[in-house]
Amino acid sequence: MYSTKYHNPASIDAATAALSSGEEAKVLAGGQTLLPTMKQHLAEPSDLVDIRGIAGMADISANGATLTIGAAATHASVADNADVQSLCPALAGLAAHIGDPAVRHMGTIGGSMANNDPAADYPAAALAMNATIVTNSREIAADDFFDGLFATNLEDGEIITAIRFETGAKCGYAKFPNPASRYAMVGVFVAQTGGGVRVAVTGAGDDGVFRHAGLEAALSADWSEGAVAGVDISPGGLLSDFHGDSAYRANLIGVMAKRAVAAS
Amino acid sequence: MSTKIGDRVKRSEDKRFITGAGKYTDDIRQENQAYAAFVRSPYAHANVKGIDASAAEAMDGVIAVLNGAQLTGDGIGNIICGWAVSSKDGSPMNMGAWSALATEKVRYVGDAVAVVIAETDALARLGAEAVEVDYEELPTVVKADKALAEGAPQIHENAPGNQIFDWEIGDQAATDAALATAAHITEVDITNNRLSPNPMEPRAAIATYDAAEEHYTLYTTSQNPHVARLVLSAFYNVAPEHKLRVIAPDVGGGFGAKIYIYPEEITCLWASMKTNRSVKWTSDRSEAFMTDAHGRDHITNARMGFDADGKIVGFKVDTIANVGAYMSLFSSAVPTYLYGTLMSGQYDMPAIHCNVRTAYTNTVPVDAYRGAGRPEATYLIETMMERAAREMAMDPAELRRRNFIQSFPHQTPVILAYDAGDFPKILQMAQESADVAGFATRKAEAASRGMLRGLGYSTFIEACGLAPSAAAGSLGAGVGLWESAEVRMNPVGTIEVLTGSHSHGQGHETTFAQIVADRFDIPIENVKIVHGDTDKVQFGMGTYGSRSAPVGMSAVVKAMDKVEAKIKKIVAHVLEADEADLVIEGGAVSVAGTDKQMLWHEIGLAAYMAHNLPEGMEPGLKETAFFDPVNFSFPSGAFICEVEVDPETGTTEIVQFTSADDFGTIINPMIVEGQVHGGVAQGIGQALLEQVIYDDDGQLLTGSYMDYTMPRADDLPFFTIDHHATPSPNNPLGVKGCGEAGAIGAPPAVINAITDAIGAEGLAMPATPMNVWRAIQAAKSSIAAE
Repeated sequence: MYSTKYHNPASIDAATAALSSGEEAKVLAGGQTLLPTMKQHLAEPSDLVDIRGIAGMADISANGATLTIGAAATHASVADNADVQSLCPALAGLAAHIGDPAVRHMGTIGGSMANNDPAADYPAAALAMNATIVTNSREIAADDFFDGLFATNLEDGEIITAIRFETGAKCGYAKFPNPASRYAMVGVFVAQTGGGVRVAVTGAGDDGVFRHAGLEAALSADWSEGAVAGVDISPGGLLSDFHGDSAYRANLIGVMAKRAVAAS
Repeated sequence: MSTKIGDRVKRSEDKRFITGAGKYTDDIRQENQAYAAFVRSPYAHANVKGIDASAAEAMDGVIAVLNGAQLTGDGIGNIICGWAVSSKDGSPMNMGAWSALATEKVRYVGDAVAVVIAETDALARLGAEAVEVDYEELPTVVKADKALAEGAPQIHENAPGNQIFDWEIGDQAATDAALATAAHITEVDITNNRLSPNPMEPRAAIATYDAAEEHYTLYTTSQNPHVARLVLSAFYNVAPEHKLRVIAPDVGGGFGAKIYIYPEEITCLWASMKTNRSVKWTSDRSEAFMTDAHGRDHITNARMGFDADGKIVGFKVDTIANVGAYMSLFSSAVPTYLYGTLMSGQYDMPAIHCNVRTAYTNTVPVDAYRGAGRPEATYLIETMMERAAREMAMDPAELRRRNFIQSFPHQTPVILAYDAGDFPKILQMAQESADVAGFATRKAEAASRGMLRGLGYSTFIEACGLAPSAAAGSLGAGVGLWESAEVRMNPVGTIEVLTGSHSHGQGHETTFAQIVADRFDIPIENVKIVHGDTDKVQFGMGTYGSRSAPVGMSAVVKAMDKVEAKIKKIVAHVLEADEADLVIEGGAVSVAGTDKQMLWHEIGLAAYMAHNLPEGMEPGLKETAFFDPVNFSFPSGAFICEVEVDPETGTTEIVQFTSADDFGTIINPMIVEGQVHGGVAQGIGQALLEQVIYDDDGQLLTGSYMDYTMPRADDLPFFTIDHHATPSPNNPLGVKGCGEAGAIGAPPAVINAITDAIGAEGLAMPATPMNVWRAIQAAKSSIAAE
């Protein structure tokens, strides 16, 4: 029989205690990946630790150009937040086009980051803006956070509490959805921030979200749609499936990069 | 308020559907019900060496684990194919055995080998996971052409080389001779992509056995409950018909997939007897993708020859059809008599030859899906016409006009004799609605935005209202193709119509009532349509192949004729009038030119009180009729699709879709338009989005909506719909059927439009963004190479 113990802690300490109590305890945020996986009997966590009731966990705040988004903030709340919309409309737009309304009202930014689905949208924004992933024990730069398909360098028992973005002058995101799932088949986030010009690609890499050096060089020299056209985008290291092979995805990276710049 | 044929009457059934008050099979609760979960093969082809159910049987809540050996041991018969199609050499088709629960061998992923009956659905599923089956994997083949190739894995012992039959229609010698004289030949190699039907309501069954009465009741998601009862009784030996009641309550879409009697219903019935419990099974979506009969899946080479004026001289077709791992009910008829007979399209073709080979593969069975054979024929003909026009540098509409059949009746070289139509007229209507004259301006404007705009036609005909029974029987059909109706006038004057047609989304409760209200000039609210229950309704054939209006309604009309005749005799007798002077109007039967009349309820009371009936007349007022059409009906249409393709991504947007249909008489334009919308949506789905993919090991890669692309609202344009009626001469209402036209006509219109936009031949369905982008790249590199 599949049975799972549900915890609803009010504090981080209670959450970490609950996490260490079970044999295979998992953090539950919006549950948009974990719960369907459990329904299909593909995951059998002994304990579910729901972090949405922890005080402040879903807060979104702005301080100058810095946006801090609580891990349990839903995609809908990010999309609708006035500070996100004014400081980084590309991020608000990204959140507004994740999944469908039901997913957006349950799914959370922390869950998306921790799951690191290779076709998820948020990892592209986090990597392009070199966001800071704040956990209960430390702060991790996005550059050091992602670790391949569905993998991060979060440690056992570590809980993401917030994502901090240093917003910049120009940001843009363009996504080509998979026709069936409407996950990103290719999503490109371009950012011009204090950290320089960075371009992150999701949906396409066979090792998950990645930065594209060629696009970054071209856009550093000339932030324009035209600058993208001359960049050679190799299909090497890109995913191939019947919806889109690596050559098609390589083409889409260029097209989406151009459109992301146009939208910035 | 009287209701007339042609009124846009709102659907009376929708109140219960949109308020959640519909009663579907899964809503049925029986006392003491248990749940079934099937143990399904994870392999596409394997010998079953053993089944160990001990762990499952020991689980709490598991009532029984039953297998195929027990099922066949109890005398449950193998699943039948309803149409015997012989090879051209006269040999019968090579049909392999299909047991509801596989015994020695499994032949596709999802083939059931055992069933677990448990106290709850969850426990049944856990029990099924605990059954251990010892499989010995065998090599697999999933493509029909590979299945027929030398050295392919052998799927059924008695189908050597996996070939079921090698069938032909038409005149090979005459066609070869005609093609030899052709001034131009257009040749194509095309595939018709495999589709999953995806009705909104998945299949379900709940079977109850009454041991004291030795009687079974089955609620199931069927398009034809009487046929289900006949087959369950006569071939699967579940129980004699009078000991078996089959009810198809509200059914949420069928599209063909719910015509057939599947292993699950048979197993639930049998298991209800074995366990003396009601046994319920409801498919989940993953099971539906795995086990619902798929559609299409053809590979075809075809050559169409033209003379110097663009007149077709001959058409030669060579098709391989994938039937899947077993022969489903109509699997033999769909790629033959519903396909080869349509090869003349709307065109006057002097010579046609169509050869079809059918192959077993390690995939789920393939059978009728909305259109069934006719979409495959139409896609072939209509993409070839447009390609031929490009090759001969002719306007595609003009090429069609030169070849249209102009006079009726018209005998085609492939059995069918068309009875009515006006093909130039509907093409002209569609061209005007679509503003074809303004297309060049729109194309230039699109080009200024970097978009490729294209326009494509499809002018098509289909054969609906499958008919006549004797003719179908002579071609191998195992069923009659008539329909039945009983019209009962109650003592209070309300009317109940019992029809053998079955409504699973078509709106029969409205349209069938509409023809009664029109005929007797009584409020439509006073008419009730009863269907879907073998204990209530006389034997009928059910709903598929756009047959409910041309065949089912015709039976209602015949029964109404008899009721009216009796009514007039009663009224003439009571009012001492001449029958010829009676007028049916305003809820009464009146003597013309007088104030003498009998109200509708007075007539009902007179019939049932029987105090004053004509001498010798039996009391009561109900009549039964069976209608067996003398011919098919032939709906035709002209579709024009206009697209914009984004050359950077290959994405296609349908910017305009125009139809001009000839459905004959239209009972309810709102419902007909809804049928066109839904049919075109499914046709666009086939053209742009949908495809079932099995990998080489027979694993289903498109097993969920994460990978199988269903059309969504934002994939579809607003539709422009026109009608022009040439009434069918072969049924009393002049109706032709409208359920399948959209799915039949739309795919070639879409593909022709994209081909026109990108200027590249050979685009395959579905025209996904990647496929279109690749076609554009290939065309660019071939231009560069020149």
